[in-house]
Formats: sequence, C-alpha cells, structure tokens
Amino acid sequence: MKWYAKLYTRLVFVFLYLPIIVLIVFSFNESKSRANWTGFSFHWYKELFHNELILSSLRNTLIIALAASVIALVLGTMAAVGIYAMRRKWFKSLVMNITYLPILNPEIVTGVSMLLLFVSFGNGIQKFNTWIGGTALSFLQLPEMQLGFVTLIIAHVTFCTPYVILNILPKLRQMDRFTFEAAQDLGCSPKLAFYKVVIPEIMPGMVSGFLMAFTYSLDDFVISYFVSSASSQTLPVTIFSMVRKRVSPEINALTAIIFVVVLALLLLSNYYSARKEKQMMRKEEPEA
Amino acid sequence: MKFRFSSVPYIVWSVIFVVVPLILVAVFGLSTSDGQFTFANVAKVSDYTAVFVRSIWLSLVATAVCLVIAYPLGFIMSRYSANNQRTLVMLVMLPMWTNFLLRTYAWMTLLENNGVINSILEFFGIGPFKMIYTQGAVVLGMVYNYLPFMVIPLYSIMTKIEPYTLEAAGDLGANPWNTFTRVVLPLSMPGVTTGITMVFVPSVSTFIISRMLGGGSNMMVGDLIETQFLGNAYNPNLGSAISLVLMVFILLVMSLMNQFEDNDDRGGMLI
Repeated sequence: MKWYAKLYTRLVFVFLYLPIIVLIVFSFNESKSRANWTGFSFHWYKELFHNELILSSLRNTLIIALAASVIALVLGTMAAVGIYAMRRKWFKSLVMNITYLPILNPEIVTGVSMLLLFVSFGNGIQKFNTWIGGTALSFLQLPEMQLGFVTLIIAHVTFCTPYVILNILPKLRQMDRFTFEAAQDLGCSPKLAFYKVVIPEIMPGMVSGFLMAFTYSLDDFVISYFVSSASSQTLPVTIFSMVRKRVSPEINALTAIIFVVVLALLLLSNYYSARKEKQMMRKEEPEA
Repeated sequence: MKFRFSSVPYIVWSVIFVVVPLILVAVFGLSTSDGQFTFANVAKVSDYTAVFVRSIWLSLVATAVCLVIAYPLGFIMSRYSANNQRTLVMLVMLPMWTNFLLRTYAWMTLLENNGVINSILEFFGIGPFKMIYTQGAVVLGMVYNYLPFMVIPLYSIMTKIEPYTLEAAGDLGANPWNTFTRVVLPLSMPGVTTGITMVFVPSVSTFIISRMLGGGSNMMVGDLIETQFLGNAYNPNLGSAISLVLMVFILLVMSLMNQFEDNDDRGGMLI
C-alpha cells in the first residue's frame, strides 16, 4: 500500500471519528460548557442515570424493538416461504414491489402516511360510534391506539419485515428444492419436513434479518417521531426533544455509552465471523 | 411446496399498513379539509419551489462531495488484505450505528459560535467564524451522516475488480489514467449509481440535519412536511400534497438511476 493511500484512509477516518471522540471527551467535562475543559468528572453520567425520561424511553425502545423484530421475523419468514413458492409471476413481482416500498420510500413519507392512517382510523371509529349512538368498537380506542405503544410497534413491524424477507429469500433460492421432497419421501409430514429441512437451511438469513430488524428498530427516529406520543417516546425521539432544547451534556454521556456498546458488539461479531471463516478454511483444506 | 398461502398474513399486513396509508396520502393531498376533491394543494406546492430547489441543490452538493471522498477510499480499501478489509468495513459502519441525531449533535457542538472549533481558532488569535446555521453546515452534516452509504457499495463493487485486471491493462500499454477511465471506472459504475441513490434520497428528504445545523433559515422539504403535520403550520392536506410530490420526484430519480444499471439485481439497493 502506497503511503498516500494510507494517509488518505487515515484522514477520512479522522473525519468520521473526530466529532464522536470530541463529544465523548466532553462527556467527562465538569462544567456544562461544550467547548472549554474545566476538569474531569463523572457528573453527567450520574445525571444520566437519574434522568427518569431517558431511562423510561430506553425501556420503551428495547421493548418495542424486541416486539417488532420478533413479529417481523415470524411474519417475514412466513412471507418469504410463501413468496418463494408463488407460481403466478405477476403476483410475485407485485408482492415484491410492495415489499420494496417501505425501503425505497423516503422515511418521512412513510411516517406521515402511517400518522394519517392511525388518525383516520381513530376518527373513523368515533364517527361510527356517533352514527350508531353507542360505544361499540371503543375498545379499539384505548389511549394507546391514539399514537403510542401499539402504533409504534405496528409502524416498526411494517418497516422491519421487508428486511427479514430480503434476507431469507436468497437462502431459499440457494436451497436444494429436492431435500424438502426427499424428507417427505422418507416419511416426514410436510410440516415436519419444513421444520427439519427448510428452517435449518434459511436459519442464517433469519438471524441476519432479525438482527437487521432489531437494529433498525432501535435506531429509527423519523417514523417513530410521527407515530409516538409524549407518554410513549422512544430513545431517539427523547434525544431529539433534548437536543432541540440545546445544552444538555447528559447527551454526551449517552453517546459515549452507546458508542462503546456498539463498538463492543461489532468487535464481538467481527471476532466470531473471523473465527468461523478460519474454521471453514480448515475444514476445506484436507479435501483440497 | 405447499406454502403458497403462508404469505397471506404478510400481504394483508402490507395492504393495511403500506398500501392504504400511501393511498391516504394521495387522498389527503387531493382533497380540502372537508373532503372535497381539489388540485389546490398540489398547485400550492409550487409556492415552495425555493424550498425544493434548495433541498435538491444541497443534496446534490452533498452527494458529489460524498462521491469524491468515497471513490478513492473504496478503491484503497478493496486493495487491502482480507483481514484488514474486514476491519476497515467495520470502521466505516461503526459511526453509522450510533444514532444519526447524536452524530449531528456532535457537529453542533463543534461548529457552534462558541464551540470547539472556534475556541481552538481563538487560541491562535483567529476567528470566530460563523459556521453553524449556514448551508455549508447542512451539507457537512449530510456528508458526515451518509458517507458510509457511498463507501460501502463502492467498496463492495471494487473488491470484484481483480488486481490482475489492472496489471493486464498496464501490460497492454495503458497508463494509470487510462487504466482508471477505461477499466476501473466502467467496472465500478453500478456501485456509483447505488451510492448516489443511497446518499441523495435520504439527503433530499431529511428534516433534522437542516434544522439542527441549518437553523430556521435553511428549511428543506422534510422540514416543510413536518411543520404541516406536527408543527405550527398545521395543514395535513398541504403536507400530504408535498409528500406526494416528494415521493413522485424520488421515484423518478430512482428509476432514472436504474436506467444506468443494466443488471436487474435489485438486491443492490441494500447494503
């Protein structure tokens, strides 16, 4: 590698990392200033862990991400298997185009469209009730339905499922169709053959799809911003409301923690995939 | 296989939560607040031409800057050993995994009038400069946030260019410039178009970067839509009309970019 290539790479990485590092350094600053260093302290970390709003929105974020990615995994796996087995070409490509919609559409349009749906739904039920002069269906008007946990989970499932499908479909295409038939010839019921043959084949796609769904859900701000309420904020939405009010060094402390967690997770997954690759290479060597 | 019907729940879900909401955007955009059909909202979008032009211009600049920075980086990364490549890809992705609000917030603290950069400049007796709340700051924010989206597709397409190909070009008498324009550039074109789409689309529809780094005076289409729904200028019908125009514009841009790609490998849209 030429020296200028190395220098260039380093410069780009300085650009990528310097802002985050400066932010982390100032999370240990004693004073509220974000520009002048006045002394080392853990003050902002203590504040952070006593901030009820941040803690509760972190809890919300984790619950919603877990719920949404599990639902997306089930829905997406079933959908992928179904799409793979579809015979009519036009229908298959129609379903695939709808699957690409939430990915290709600008996030803000998705957010706005979901907001319109939930608001219209709420209004519709109200109109229906006044029309029949009763309170039928009002169980659907739980406070949560007016933008909250339920709407957040619905929205997250909607934009996460396509990623699960797109991770599983290639694995289905790589699969040997006949193994499934062979399992049935050997006495498996279709259901059992599915669990014993298809699921193990597509497992890697399910895992990566689930992880992708989980991280996208954790990280989402734009769509959550439109479908959440003051009582059910996710962490990114809370961060936005704090950043909007400006000065708040707790955010620095939060960034530092998130950065370290993400770094640790990435290093771990990197380490495992490197080890797996080495094992694969070793397995292949004797045959070669 | 007999699993054709297992996708029914997903199809029902998609119709209710993807198709119907988009139809609602169209319905709201094409009606008055009492539900009468009208083109007035769509016509009114032309009042905001300046906002659209600003959004498109700033996003184009950001996309160009990303391409200029990412192209050499993608190529250099693809020439490292496999182990180093893995580490480098991880290093590119890592900032992407910290929330983009926090990344943008980091630039706020750097660019502020009494922020880190100005304090350092002051120490040397220069400045202060007004950096935050300018169009330059907005472009910087977009470049910083979306650079990985440009680097990753470029890098992955360039790993497919074998060193032998470049050697062969040299052996056949091409100078480095010719090797670049006639071998590397054509082979990397799919990565370029994917990268451009992946940076341009989120840039043109952002509504936070412009607010945090651009202040109130550099409003973009995203901010405009947001204020119609959750802001003081509450008017969901106009907001839907603007969303509709934005959506059509972006779909046009994407189909235009797809024209440049001759393969139908749509998985390329994803990282």
